[in-house]
Amino acid sequence: MAITIADVEHVALLSRLELSVGEKERYAQELSDIFGHVEELNKVDVTGVPPTAHPLPLKNVFREDVIQPSLPNAEALANAPAKEGPLFKVPQIV
Amino acid sequence: MDFEIVIGFEVHTELKTKTKVWCACANEFGGPPNSHVCPVCLGMPGSLPVLNREAFTLALKTALALQCDVPRITTFDRKNYYYPDLPKNYQISQNDKFLGTGGYLEIDLGEAGHKKIRIHNIHLEEDAGKNIHPEDKNVTYSLVDLNRAGVPLLEIVTQPDIRSKEEAAAFMTQMRNFLQYLDVSDCKMQEGSLRFELNMSLRPKGSDAFGQKVEVKNLNSMSVVLKCIDAEFDRQSDMLRNGERVMSETRLWDEVKNETRAMRSKERANDYRYFPDPDLVDVDITPEIRAAAQATIPELPLARRRRFEEQYGLPAYDASVLTASFTTANYFEKAVESHPSPKGISNWIMTEGLAWLNKQPEDTTIDDFPVKSAAIAELVKLIDTGAITGKIAKQVFPIMLETGKSPAVIVEEKGLKPVDDSALGPIIDEVLADPRNEKTIADLRGGKAAAMGALMGAVMKRSGGKANPATVTPLIRKKLGLE
Amino acid sequence: MHLPTAHELSEQLNRGETTSVKLTQQYLEKIERTEPRLHSFITVLGHEALAAAEASDRRRAYELPKSPFDGVPVAVKDNMITKGTKTTCASRILDNFVPPYNGTVVQKLQDAGMIVIGKANLDEFAMGSSTENSAFGRSNNPWNTDLVPGGSSGGSATCVAGGQVPWSLGSDTGGSIRQPAALCGIVGMKPTYGRVSRYGLVAFASSLDQIGPMTLDVEDTAHLLKMISGYDTKDSTSANLPVPDYAEEMRKGSLRGKKVARPKEFFTGEGMDAGVARVVDAAVEKLASLGAEIVDVSMPHLKYSISCYYLVATAECSSNLARYDGAQYGYRTEGAKNIVEMFSKSRAEGFGAEVKRRIMMGTHALSAGYYDAYYSKALKIRTLLKQDYDAALKQADLIVAPTSPIPAFPAGAKADPMSMYLCDIFTLSLNLAGYCGISLPAGFTANEGLPVGVQLFAGAFEEVKLLQASYEFEKALGVVGSRLPAVVG
Repeated sequence: MAITIADVEHVALLSRLELSVGEKERYAQELSDIFGHVEELNKVDVTGVPPTAHPLPLKNVFREDVIQPSLPNAEALANAPAKEGPLFKVPQIV
Repeated sequence: MDFEIVIGFEVHTELKTKTKVWCACANEFGGPPNSHVCPVCLGMPGSLPVLNREAFTLALKTALALQCDVPRITTFDRKNYYYPDLPKNYQISQNDKFLGTGGYLEIDLGEAGHKKIRIHNIHLEEDAGKNIHPEDKNVTYSLVDLNRAGVPLLEIVTQPDIRSKEEAAAFMTQMRNFLQYLDVSDCKMQEGSLRFELNMSLRPKGSDAFGQKVEVKNLNSMSVVLKCIDAEFDRQSDMLRNGERVMSETRLWDEVKNETRAMRSKERANDYRYFPDPDLVDVDITPEIRAAAQATIPELPLARRRRFEEQYGLPAYDASVLTASFTTANYFEKAVESHPSPKGISNWIMTEGLAWLNKQPEDTTIDDFPVKSAAIAELVKLIDTGAITGKIAKQVFPIMLETGKSPAVIVEEKGLKPVDDSALGPIIDEVLADPRNEKTIADLRGGKAAAMGALMGAVMKRSGGKANPATVTPLIRKKLGLE
Repeated sequence: MHLPTAHELSEQLNRGETTSVKLTQQYLEKIERTEPRLHSFITVLGHEALAAAEASDRRRAYELPKSPFDGVPVAVKDNMITKGTKTTCASRILDNFVPPYNGTVVQKLQDAGMIVIGKANLDEFAMGSSTENSAFGRSNNPWNTDLVPGGSSGGSATCVAGGQVPWSLGSDTGGSIRQPAALCGIVGMKPTYGRVSRYGLVAFASSLDQIGPMTLDVEDTAHLLKMISGYDTKDSTSANLPVPDYAEEMRKGSLRGKKVARPKEFFTGEGMDAGVARVVDAAVEKLASLGAEIVDVSMPHLKYSISCYYLVATAECSSNLARYDGAQYGYRTEGAKNIVEMFSKSRAEGFGAEVKRRIMMGTHALSAGYYDAYYSKALKIRTLLKQDYDAALKQADLIVAPTSPIPAFPAGAKADPMSMYLCDIFTLSLNLAGYCGISLPAGFTANEGLPVGVQLFAGAFEEVKLLQASYEFEKALGVVGSRLPAVVG
């Protein structure tokens, strides 16, 4: 199925990607091709087939409720593009 | 046209664990910003979540206590949205195989009886961090503290079963009480460990159809929720009366303007794209796991209320008031333990204790009451043994509240001991000799029992309230030769 | 002359014929000489490696070595978290990211006394089949530097094939270890999902990713696998199973009487380079000559593996890569006026074209109205594919398959995404099933003399069985050590 420029814009907003006009056009074409190929899955009858989200049937993996040391604040913030005191700093939210 | 309110709640409560839900950082309110953080809760590349057993057990306990259907397999999903307090830009939550569905909280509406508020689902997820918006209007940035990111959060989603503001108030206080009984959360709304989000719509009275529901976030106390219900009622009913359509949307509470406002379009672009979290495995709630969680469920409000009536012989009203708060009920039982006089203690808690509590902020409990349970018990004991009169107790109590001193000490210091019987004789003699009492005495002799009350009042007045009524009556009768 | 394997170096160290410092210096020199032509690395750890080598030599002199491989250099793909050392995933968005922690596998290497000498190049976030998608430039195939080495673990392949390190670690989400191993003429293994901890492996697609060895021979693969395997309490998806002594167990098997399934869907010849096909067919005959019984089987859902894979992998990646937003770490755009702008611009400027394409594919596949048609459908096809594997492995001990339909190709030859995705047609179904597989050097194309790989697959946690067969198969094929590439350190 064809993916329109509007579809690309919607998906780009959901994925927080600012795209140029050229990129939008290119991705619309490429995604149309790829999702066109994926349409082949409709040929398969999956009635009653359970989904596989995990390759291994692992169950009940827990961690006990015991405190381990956290990172020192300086290490937690060492990679921050911007900070103020002990806090991460970002452009205004509201 | 008259409208009926239709309300459902999303209750978020932070679970009382030592560590966060996916990592071993401390789950602790307060602390310097970004001091309880690690690669996992900072959402650093390569880090992975591992489920905290205790968080799961507390969540399961709550689901079972609310009579939910708990499935054999429960799984975690990712809820994808971008926000700076959510470092991974997805929240690990549950959207498919919930921990619990169905179930209900039965709320007590006083004279209106009981009502079951049904639960749609209950699920375990992680809390987000905190965004701090500097007050200065010229500042163009925000600050982020991730101490709270990854704290285990239980979400209880109700059906739209609530039909009035009063029911909403009852639901909130009783849900909080229920969670406190379960001991799964601190339930401090000021600290954000208990939060209510509102779904609200209106419909014409008598209609069965549901209107377009509006979701309101950012409600940080019960009184704000109630204010919001009023504000939304006005807004939505105005719109409906004017023939406008109410939009199904998420709105934010504006504390300054006391009204809700629409979120901006970009805040609203929510297609959460839930899918199974591949980093976490299924939880198989085996009969053993279920039984172990079930065994941790303590006595719940309704059962405790019945027990209070039976064990302590309390009137139904007292039992319901005392058990309406986990901490108040505990306070009562502790006091009764040191002096087994349930009704006397109940009276003091219900009058003085709850009167004080009603004047305090929402998160306050009887545990914050300056008069501790042992002191209340002592006070009642002093009355019961005749060491002081009820009237004196009323004078003692405010001093206890103010100073925190024990009642015995106050009685001693203020010289409020009852007049002993030897000192009582002269006082009674004076009263009986008083010409103003001649007629009353004659009435009493004439068989008018009520006349004793007037004489007793005179004795009490003369003794400054320190006379013990139990000894005064026989003494008067004796002195008048009526024995 | 052949390139020395890690087990040979280990013996030299154990016999005192060399020291870790000498070895490390030699390899650093080889890297210096050949790196301009191969470009295997994003970061070379000169000082750190030499300091670690000195410590290793002190241990050997005065204490006990931490393991037989104490002092042997190793390279890791730059999507593995190294404490205090930049970890970029070949992306601009992480080009300044210095992790405050070690991934489990890197920690295991260090605990074994191994010398991490460099962080190898890759396709950005392990998305690609040629290493052309690296933000820091592509790696070149040592057999012909005009050609790509495959990907995404291209740098991990070129550094081993080109003799810059004795062995390395790659990660395999849909063939990212096995395909570059084949294109560079080395051994590459994808262990069973859950065999090796993913804690500290920067996620591309969490239900498919697995770290594995890239080595010169099967014996080294066995040694390295043992070192990195095992249960990790920090990874909920790691399996709590004992780790066998793979190098020991490897010698105990025989292919004689073993059944090897040959799925007809892997051998249709469609899209297959004729030179590659000849080498693979000859390899299958070699298996038969060793006494294995070749069983022809059909795995009918294999033809859907590309569609299934690209839905599952991109859906997971769209969520896994959401965290790169410029807020807590990594690249941030300049001068954004609000948070939405900062997120959108940082990501637009920080990610390359292929990563953006996959994020958008995955976002679309998960979005409202498409979830059932795409993502949910793919999970069901995944079940069918896994059932195909189970059926084949019920009839046979192992499965044989080509690794890549084509030999190494020129840079820029696969500009169309779909044609690049087809490079992984023989590898990615194994990740969907979660089972283990290995690519072995099978020979060279007659015309170009380029390496060709052949794969063997086995069931869940059947690495011993896989290595036993591989060890014998490798000797019979006689390819390892038979030729040296054009560029050798």
